[in-house]
Amino acid sequence: MNAASSPIIDRRTVIDWLGIVPFMIFALMFLIVPTLYLVVGAFFTPDGHLTLENIAGLFTPTILSAYWISIKVSLASSLGGALIGFFLAWAVVLGGLPSWIRSSLLTFSGVASNFAGVPLAFAFIATLGRTGLVTVFLRESFGFNLYSTGFNLLSFFGLTITYMFFQIPLMVLILTPALDGLKKEWREASEILGASTWQYWRMVALPILWPSLLGTSLLLFANAFGAIATAYALTGSSLNIVPILLYAQIRGDVLHNPNLGYALALGMIVITGLSNILYIWLRMRAERWPK
Amino acid sequence: MKPAKILAWVAIAVGIIYFFVPLLGTFEFSLRMRRGEYSFDAYGSVFSDAAFRATFGYSMLMALFTIIFGMLLVVPTAYWVRLRLPQMRPVVEFLTLMPLVIPAIVVVFGYLRLYNSSSYIPFTGSIMGTNILLVMSYITLALPYMYRSVDTAMRTIDVRTLTEAAEILGAKWPTIMFRCIFPNVMSGVLSGAFITFAIVMGEFTMAALLNRPAFGPYLQLVGANKAYEPSALAVIAFAITWLSMGLIQLVTRFSKLAPSRA
Repeated sequence: MNAASSPIIDRRTVIDWLGIVPFMIFALMFLIVPTLYLVVGAFFTPDGHLTLENIAGLFTPTILSAYWISIKVSLASSLGGALIGFFLAWAVVLGGLPSWIRSSLLTFSGVASNFAGVPLAFAFIATLGRTGLVTVFLRESFGFNLYSTGFNLLSFFGLTITYMFFQIPLMVLILTPALDGLKKEWREASEILGASTWQYWRMVALPILWPSLLGTSLLLFANAFGAIATAYALTGSSLNIVPILLYAQIRGDVLHNPNLGYALALGMIVITGLSNILYIWLRMRAERWPK
Repeated sequence: MKPAKILAWVAIAVGIIYFFVPLLGTFEFSLRMRRGEYSFDAYGSVFSDAAFRATFGYSMLMALFTIIFGMLLVVPTAYWVRLRLPQMRPVVEFLTLMPLVIPAIVVVFGYLRLYNSSSYIPFTGSIMGTNILLVMSYITLALPYMYRSVDTAMRTIDVRTLTEAAEILGAKWPTIMFRCIFPNVMSGVLSGAFITFAIVMGEFTMAALLNRPAFGPYLQLVGANKAYEPSALAVIAFAITWLSMGLIQLVTRFSKLAPSRA
């Protein structure tokens, strides 16, 4: 017996691990290292000294207000999307509607949740912009001037309504299976015990559904928080949200400190990361139930 | 009628109004270019624009490369993880989901710092290099969807038995991969390909910040400068998304109809 027949690591194990080397190299080069570079850069000065100034720099009025508007838009569009999405999913699963409505809604949701970016902004300008279909219709048919009420598509409210176009379908797609998981027996059991519809929802269905509901809302929140194309095409750079600020920073160092840009990116990762971690945790809770 | 059913119809009605009015509005707006009557002039103007054809063609080409190289990366990895490295499964799955967590603009910001012309790997130093970097960024964006659809398709076939059968018949690795595994997960590959196509065609952030003449930045430019063409383009973009999703449904349906030979 020579030494080669009993190596510390046998050949098969090496081959096993070699198989995912291309994927790992790809993930490192195009996902992990670029992100880490920014995260680490957020804690250094441009000439390479360790500092917390960049993080402190985030707490200036301009940047704080950008984060605040971003959080408001993402929160409003995710809550609105969650609410309407929930009712739509409820309507097709438990509302006793014809089954073709369910399949059409799900197909349409698949399309609409992927219809985002620049064209979505165009669609809403053509509908609710100053010469859009709805604006003109309201003015000519009812003499109602939408824009005199203070409404503006290029604002917090306008952006929220626009974002809901991809938020609602996403909620429908994720929540429909969760609603399918509500067993008929639970409903029957609570009815036999004398519960009203309201009591059934409050004490049985919603406690089971809330992890899915809240979790999906968090997913929608992260989804809206990182989106830029729609907002940029809709408002140019007039609305001060974080992705647009970061875009301007990348293009032309508007903050006059490249490392402050890294801190801005770090802030985005922390917010989307936290909401995703919470989402995963809530999802694990949600999966405990239907078994 | 029960109150629940009425509420259900109300929900559907609200949904229909919210989703169809913008689509209708866009279509109506796109027909308004000629004063006083409806016409397809805006579409004519879009299609005759040389920049439209150039950017559309460029994005199609990038989508094609993204699909080819993405699948060459994803299918063998998913196969290998199932066959040999099941313990790495959570890690690989976690990595494929990361692009949903890290915003695209952050990823591309990292690229610009890491791969600029004065770095060790100067991707952005040449046009070819930037194109390659753009394809890689698209693969990153599409990774969650590609991996999931391929992995789902792989769940329905017995990877181990197929591999052993092929090995007994004397097949080498390339034969196993391309004549045995790929054809069997074709439905997943195609679903992943169509959704990747839809994502790449409309993508704005990566292409704009890498300064490549793709369809997304072109859309934004037209939106900032023209009145009726953006609506026509939005209708075209919606049709592309619809087409991609329709093809996915078709593929899934066909793969379910096909008799299982496992």
